[in-house]
Amino acid sequence: PSLYLGSISFIIGLSSPGNPKDDFQEELVIRPLHSGDIYASFQFRTVWETDFMRGNKVSHYRLFPKSLGQVISKFSVRELHISFTQGYWRTMQWGQPFQPSPPGAELWVWFQDSVTDVDGTWKELTNVLSGIFCASLNFIDSTNTVQPSASFKPLGIGNETDHRFLRYATLPREIVCTENLTPWKKLLPCGSKAGLAVLLKSEKLFHSSFHSQAVHIRPVCQDWQCKTTSWELRQTLNVVFDLHNSAQGKREWSLFKMFSRTLTEACPLASSSKIYIDITDNPQGEQFEVSPATPLLSQAVVLGDRRTFSVYDLTQQITFGTVRSLNLLIRWKSSEGDMLRPLLHAERYVAGYGLQTGEIHTLMYNNHPYRSFPVLLLDSVPWYLRLYIHTLTVTSKGKDNKPSYIHYQPSKDRLRPHLLEMLVQLPPNSVTEVTVQFERALLKWTEYTPDPNHGFYVGSSVISSLVPSIVAMDTNSTRERPLFSSFFPCKEESSYFVRVYTEPLLVNLPTPDFSMPYNVICLTCTVVAVGYGSLYNLLTRSFQIEEPSPGLAKRIANIIRKMRGVPPL
Amino acid sequence: MGLLSDPNRRRALISLLTRLNSPICVVCYMAGVAWFMGLAFEPFTLRTYMSENAMGSTMVEERFPAGERALTTGREFSAHKKKAGGMPVDWLVKTMQARGLEVFTQRFSRKLPFPDENKERYMVKGTNVYGILRAPRAPRTEALVLSAPCTPGDSNNQAVGLLLGLAQYFRNQIYWAKDIIFLVNEHDLIGMQAWLEGYHHTNTTGMDWSPLQGRGGSIQAALSLELSSDVITSMDLVLEGLNGQLPNLDLANLFYAFCQKIGVLCTIQGKLQRNDWDSVSGYSHSVQTMMLMVMKQASGRPWGDHGLFLRYHIEAASIKGINSFRQYKTDVTTIGRLLEGMYRKLNNLLERLHQSYFFYLMPSLSHFVSIGYYMPAFGLLAVILLLRALDLWVQLVSSPGVLSVLTPLVISHLTGVALYTLPIQFQEMAVEQFPVSETEAVVLTAIGYNVFLFIYIGWRVLKLVAVLYLAVLLGCTALINFSLGFILALTLVPVAAFVTPHVPKVLSAFILVILSPACTLLFSVFFFQELQELPVSFQEGWLLYLSVISQGILDHFLYGSLVYPLIALLVYPCWLLFWNILFWK
Repeated sequence: PSLYLGSISFIIGLSSPGNPKDDFQEELVIRPLHSGDIYASFQFRTVWETDFMRGNKVSHYRLFPKSLGQVISKFSVRELHISFTQGYWRTMQWGQPFQPSPPGAELWVWFQDSVTDVDGTWKELTNVLSGIFCASLNFIDSTNTVQPSASFKPLGIGNETDHRFLRYATLPREIVCTENLTPWKKLLPCGSKAGLAVLLKSEKLFHSSFHSQAVHIRPVCQDWQCKTTSWELRQTLNVVFDLHNSAQGKREWSLFKMFSRTLTEACPLASSSKIYIDITDNPQGEQFEVSPATPLLSQAVVLGDRRTFSVYDLTQQITFGTVRSLNLLIRWKSSEGDMLRPLLHAERYVAGYGLQTGEIHTLMYNNHPYRSFPVLLLDSVPWYLRLYIHTLTVTSKGKDNKPSYIHYQPSKDRLRPHLLEMLVQLPPNSVTEVTVQFERALLKWTEYTPDPNHGFYVGSSVISSLVPSIVAMDTNSTRERPLFSSFFPCKEESSYFVRVYTEPLLVNLPTPDFSMPYNVICLTCTVVAVGYGSLYNLLTRSFQIEEPSPGLAKRIANIIRKMRGVPPL
Repeated sequence: MGLLSDPNRRRALISLLTRLNSPICVVCYMAGVAWFMGLAFEPFTLRTYMSENAMGSTMVEERFPAGERALTTGREFSAHKKKAGGMPVDWLVKTMQARGLEVFTQRFSRKLPFPDENKERYMVKGTNVYGILRAPRAPRTEALVLSAPCTPGDSNNQAVGLLLGLAQYFRNQIYWAKDIIFLVNEHDLIGMQAWLEGYHHTNTTGMDWSPLQGRGGSIQAALSLELSSDVITSMDLVLEGLNGQLPNLDLANLFYAFCQKIGVLCTIQGKLQRNDWDSVSGYSHSVQTMMLMVMKQASGRPWGDHGLFLRYHIEAASIKGINSFRQYKTDVTTIGRLLEGMYRKLNNLLERLHQSYFFYLMPSLSHFVSIGYYMPAFGLLAVILLLRALDLWVQLVSSPGVLSVLTPLVISHLTGVALYTLPIQFQEMAVEQFPVSETEAVVLTAIGYNVFLFIYIGWRVLKLVAVLYLAVLLGCTALINFSLGFILALTLVPVAAFVTPHVPKVLSAFILVILSPACTLLFSVFFFQELQELPVSFQEGWLLYLSVISQGILDHFLYGSLVYPLIALLVYPCWLLFWNILFWK
């Protein structure tokens, strides 16, 4: 009977004319990296032609996950971006990722302009998301939330850019593991039962150099005329496998080796299901060899570069061949290369020693040989590092580089962090160094974490930039393109958008010795009571030699002598 | 304190203290020395134990297999070093890259204030090479360092070989939670100083270095490896760092625990552990070990490449392989396993090492004396100064004019400033006038001062000020560097206690000179050699003494050691004040 019911509802779902359209696509990009590692990027995209807003109560969900739909309508969310990352993306060895994300958890949300109490809604939303993703997002509060004025523009449609409706927070300490992956997989229409998602086995995904999973919700245009909007949910998962650790000396990769699974089918609900392998660096097969070979090739402009991909369409039976299973194999021929010189990359560190002051250095590299370009630097520093903003210096090539825009919001102790946003022009082929000194605050003793000697985290700086592109970028956002190349909207042909995150910082604050409170209490009490007390006593008391009181007879005699006018005894 | 509030009893107490002042002082001095000597007696000391839970309870299995290959790499390194006539930078970069590390180099140069004759260097130029093993899924916030110096000649090749071998082995492991930095530093401490300053972007000593390109976040712990032979008999642990700073005791415990587990003979100060603490020779053995530590700590110089890490709050130690003519031999694979185990445990650290002691003395690797036990020895010496001050205070009839002591104080300190600045300023001039080597010239200018001050004020006021000054000075020194404070107290306290204008002049002057800081250093040099079982003749000792002084000055200018300015600017003027009291007219 369940089959019967299911088929009925399926028929209803298809046939009812008033039902909004939805569509699901899945995609896996595999890119053999320059360093010999391998980068796998999953993208799952659900687009739904519906309207969560204006009191429209949406109750029938098909492909779109209900839990997220309810979040969108309850909290009037216009755009939501959340990422969980374990590890740091090594730009120098791996180039740019398709979707950048900082280590730990990152959440940024644009609310509808109908929201009156943004802070209250944000607080509730983080708690709800914390439950949905099994993460510590409930630790997001006013001390780590900022409202960037320029760095985080909406990625979907809409002209509203009043940053009062934007909230941004990171939790650099968040550890990402299986318990975050499972709820993430449950949001997929096929779960992890069919399609590309069968590859997502946590024992392999967390045996890697880098792991990042994200959810992006935004409104998008349905067609190029943009008369109606639909909601797009993108779930992305990026993972980098380490050649040294897992290959045991053999320089070859296969789906089975990476994920301990092979593919047998596409997700039946998906309208498209494809695997792309980046073969740009390998036109004649001299670097590596891919098997089984595919005649399908595709070109896409991604991150300012025209790349060529071999495409495996999982909706075609022929892809799986006679064995009914697809196990892609990549075999390296040449040895690994040197470090890359990506056009833009950044690093950050704490300078100085001792527990009183320090200096944050942020280095931004522009490796373009002749073009300079502007970058937006966003720094959100917790209040317990007291930034001396007058010591802020920006230097490129030994010269002072004056930022054309600075937005600084000073911190308030225990209430809000520092926010520093700057628009800096990076000269060609240069390193730009931003330094600012800080003082380490002495916390109250209940404010220390349970492991105070580990140090305190400062989230990554965010560098957003329009980097000059070598090839013309595609500005039509509605044209059919691979998912990985259509995430950041492109406004002009000559440049492409890049976001780079620096490493988070671990800063030691002056920490009392918590291991011996009893000793400390005893010692201070004793010192105060015995040492200070008696010294104070000695210093303030005046000493006089007391005359013994005269006897009764002598006193009487003195009275008589006084009356007689004779000096007393 | 009721005792002090009661005027009668106070008077009685004071009269007792003034009447019996000298005997009490003598007793205190004896008791202080006896207490100190008692610290090395095993029943009075504590056994070491691991305080850090993250390193204590976890089990680690060591599997490093590639000792032979490491030795081959070491020989290759040696060949390339000979060919390049110094650091084989290109070869190291290529080798580290082949092992899957991110490799960076740093160039540095430094002109010494005067030529260093021990190491024959003046203009130093070099390159540090380091490779970072990035921990999988770690956000570059924490790092561990393993370093090996690239020394000229044939020594230390095995250390670099083992470092590269370990890098290769570590690279294939999945369990790293902290980045590991493999550093090969040229020109030992100067290279290390350049690297650390570059890493933390500070410049305390005016060295030129190129900025670092790659970092791994805040460094949690570091080990420096020195290994010069294919097989060794024992591993020696060196703890003493710059200005007498010591790493957390847990680092020593970790080393000891793994030596015990793997079965490597381990020593501290080059002395094996003995079990016969109840015999005279056993006791004198642990006294020797402890005295060596005290002397090394008092010198304030880094006794290994690890010594410079401590300023940056990075716990660090040097591990030296020793090859002597004993039967028991250990191969490089075993040392590799020892280091693997230590790094795996350090990798498990959740917080910086902070649980155990930072102030301690070690009479053997398995026993330690904490600050609470050794401080009374110093306290007993320091109390003599306070007693003398009390005595003088009581003897002063009228209230002293404080201004009257200002002149001798200022003059003696000006001499101190001269002693501090002139050796560097006038070393060239001295060379022109005397046909002596430059190092000796520095030293001769340094000790060529003997200023007689004749200023007419009441000597009691001056002595009171001088005694209190010395008490504060020694007290502060002992808090930072116990050994230095204790050795200075041992020699200066008797002088300060008994010098007056009324004692026999010639004899007292002789004693005063014998107990001056300069002579103390001379005796320390001979004593140190004696403790190391390398006795020297007077001639050699004198040369050693001169080189020790020039080393001390160099340490100050190169690494920021504070012993030389402390002696020149504070201790020496203080001693001059006592000299002044003796020649009172």
